[in-house]
Amino acid sequence: MKIGLFIPCFMNELYPKASMATLKVLENLGLDVEYPMNQTCCGQPMANSGCYLEAKELAKRFLKIFKDYDYIVAPSGSCVAMVRVNYAQFLEGEEGFEHLKNNTYELVEFLHDVIKPTTMNVSFPYRVGIHNSCHGHRELGMASMSERNFPEFSKIKKILSLVDDIEFVTLRRNDECCGFGGIFSVTQEAISVAMGIDRVNDHLNAKAEVITGIDMSCLMHMQGIIDRQKLPIKTMHIAQILAGEL
Amino acid sequence: MGHPKKASKFVANSKRMHWHDKALWFVRERRDLATHQLDEWEELRRVASEIKTHTMDRLDYYLEEFEKNATQKGLHIHWARDAKEHNEIVLNLLLTHGAKRVVKSKSMLTEECGLNPFLEKNGIEIVDTDLGERIVQLRKEAPSHIVLPAIHLKKEEVGKTFEEFLNTQKDNCDPTYLTREARKHLREKFLTADASITGVNFAIAQTGGVVVCTNEGNADLGASLPKLHIASMGIEKVIPRLEELSVFTRLLARSATGQPITTYTSHFHAPIEGGELHIVIVDNGRSDTLSNSDFKESLNCIRCGACLNTCPVYRRSGGHSYGYTIPGPIGSTLGASRDLQANRTLPFACTLCASCSNVCPSKIKLHNQLYRHRQNVVKAGLLGAKKRAILKVSSWVMKHPLLLDFVGLVVRKVVPILPRSIVYSKANIWGRGREVPKFPKKSFKELYKERKK
Repeated sequence: MKIGLFIPCFMNELYPKASMATLKVLENLGLDVEYPMNQTCCGQPMANSGCYLEAKELAKRFLKIFKDYDYIVAPSGSCVAMVRVNYAQFLEGEEGFEHLKNNTYELVEFLHDVIKPTTMNVSFPYRVGIHNSCHGHRELGMASMSERNFPEFSKIKKILSLVDDIEFVTLRRNDECCGFGGIFSVTQEAISVAMGIDRVNDHLNAKAEVITGIDMSCLMHMQGIIDRQKLPIKTMHIAQILAGEL
Repeated sequence: MGHPKKASKFVANSKRMHWHDKALWFVRERRDLATHQLDEWEELRRVASEIKTHTMDRLDYYLEEFEKNATQKGLHIHWARDAKEHNEIVLNLLLTHGAKRVVKSKSMLTEECGLNPFLEKNGIEIVDTDLGERIVQLRKEAPSHIVLPAIHLKKEEVGKTFEEFLNTQKDNCDPTYLTREARKHLREKFLTADASITGVNFAIAQTGGVVVCTNEGNADLGASLPKLHIASMGIEKVIPRLEELSVFTRLLARSATGQPITTYTSHFHAPIEGGELHIVIVDNGRSDTLSNSDFKESLNCIRCGACLNTCPVYRRSGGHSYGYTIPGPIGSTLGASRDLQANRTLPFACTLCASCSNVCPSKIKLHNQLYRHRQNVVKAGLLGAKKRAILKVSSWVMKHPLLLDFVGLVVRKVVPILPRSIVYSKANIWGRGREVPKFPKKSFKELYKERKK
C-alpha cells in the first residue's frame, strides 16, 4: 500500500512541525508514505471565491500528481473535502478521478476507517477541547452534527481516546464555525474575528488547555486571536498529539 | 454598501452583537430540543424535500388545479406577474370595495413587493398586526428576520417606540405591559378595518384552500372581521393534497421556534358570510429561479427561519446588513438569484460552514447554492478587480512549484526581520484583530528533502 502525502500548501510553508507530525504518525504505524514534491495547492481558495477556471486547472494538476497512489492522506478536512466533494464539478469523467475521490482521506478519518489502530503509544496529559472544523464535520462526516437527528459519534474523539492521559472538555457550542472561512477571514474580517473570539472563549470557559482539531487553518485563525489577546490557551494540530509531541 | 461594511458596523458593538447572537442561538437550541424528540425527524425532512421537488416540477399543473378548486369554493384567484401587478391588483380590490383601512398579518411577500408604501401613497391606511411587524412598522424599519421581525430590538427600544406612538407610560418597558398596550391598540384597528391582507403558508391544490400559520391569531382576527380578505402568495406555496400538509406543519414550527405546531394553523376554504376571499398568486421572478437547475431548490423553502438562526454570520451581523427583504442564507441565495449585481456580496456573507443546509426542513443545500452563486459573480465580472487579480496571480504561482518554493522562502526569511509597524500596516487586514503565524525557518518540503538524504 503506497500512500501519497498531501500537505496543504500553507501548511508546507507555515506549519512544517504539524506536517512532519502527520508523516510521523503514518510511519509509526508502519505505513509506506511518499510526499510528491511537485504538489502545491488543491485550488480551494480559488474555488471558494468563485474562480472556477483557475480552480479547475489546479484540480487537474492535483489529479495528475496523486492519481497513482493507493491512498491520498492529508492533515486537513477542508482540503480533503475539496477533493472528495467539490472536485466532481471540475473532474467528473476524467481518468483516475473516481479512484482519487474514493481514496483521499483526512488523517484521522484514514486512521479510523482504514488502519483502525488500537493504541497510539503516546501520552498527552492535558485538558483538550476539540474544534470540529466545518468541512470535515459536515462534508466528510467526521462526527455527528448538532443540527441532525442521528446517533452521536466522533471519529476525532475516538482516535484521540487512544492517547493516554488525555482529558476532554465539553463545549457549549460543539460544532459552531470559528469564522476562518478561507478568504472570508479577510473579506469579512470583523465578523471573522468576532466568531474566532467567541470560539476561543468557549474553549477557555470549558477550562481547556489546548484546542485541537484536524484543520490547521481554523487553528491558525484562533491562534492569531489567542496571541493578540494573550490568552492562556494554545492550539495544536491533532497530528502533533498523535505523534506524541508535548 | 455591501454586506461586509454593514456587518462590521453591527459587530462593532460587541455587547449588542453578543446579545443578538445569544437570542438567536437560544431559538436554535429550542429547535434542536424539539427536533431531537422526533425519531422520524430526518424522514420528515426527506419526505418534505421530495414533496416540494415533485410539486415544483409540476408547478403549472398544481397551480391550475388550485385555481380550479378554489374558484369552485367561491374564492377569487388573481395572477400577478411581478410586484407592480400584485400591488395594483390589491389596490384595485381595496378601491372597488371602498376600503380605506386595512389590517395585515405577516407576509414576507408583501414586504418583497413593497406593498405598504404603495398603499400608503394611495391613501390607504395599512397596519401590520403581527406584534414584531407592528414594532418595526412604527419605527419605519424593515423586518430583520422572517419569523422574528423585531429580533434586533431590545425591550427598552420597543418601550420608547410605544411611548412615542401609543402613548405608553414613560420608561416602562415591561414586556407584559407593552404587549397589553399593543393589543389594545391593535384591537381598535381590527374592529375598524375595512379589509384584511394575509400571507399564505400553504395553498392546497386538491382542496382549493389556503393555510396561514401564526402564533398571535392576528391573521384569524383580521380575516374574520372585515368583509374583504386578500391573501397574497408566491407561486411556490402550493402543495398537492391536504394529507401532505401535516408533514410541513410538523416541520415548520419545530424548525422556526421549537414549538410542536404554531398556535394557530388557520384554514381558509371559503369567504366569511357575506364577504369575499381573494387570492393573489405572484411570480415576481420565481419562474426564472424555477428554470435554473442550480437554484430551483431554493423554491422549496417554507420560510421557517432556521437557517437564519443557525447562521453564525447572520447572528453576528443582523438581518439589516443583508440589504435584501429576506436575510440570512436563504435570503442570500434568493437575492442573488433575483439581482446578482445588487446582491453580489451576499453569496460571500458565508463561511461555507454548511450548518444551514443541515437545519433546513426541506433539505435545501443552501451553502452549495451560495458556492455556485460565487462562480456566477466571477462570471459576471462582479468580484472586484483587486480580488480577481490576486486570485489569478496566486493560481499562476501554484502551477509552478519551484516558484512557489522561492516565494515561500523569501516570505519566511523577510517577514520575521521586518519591523512590526510594517508587518501590521494598514494593508494587513488579517492583522487587524489577529497576529500572523510565527514563520518557521524551513518549509516541510525542505525538512523532508533533508531527511531523505
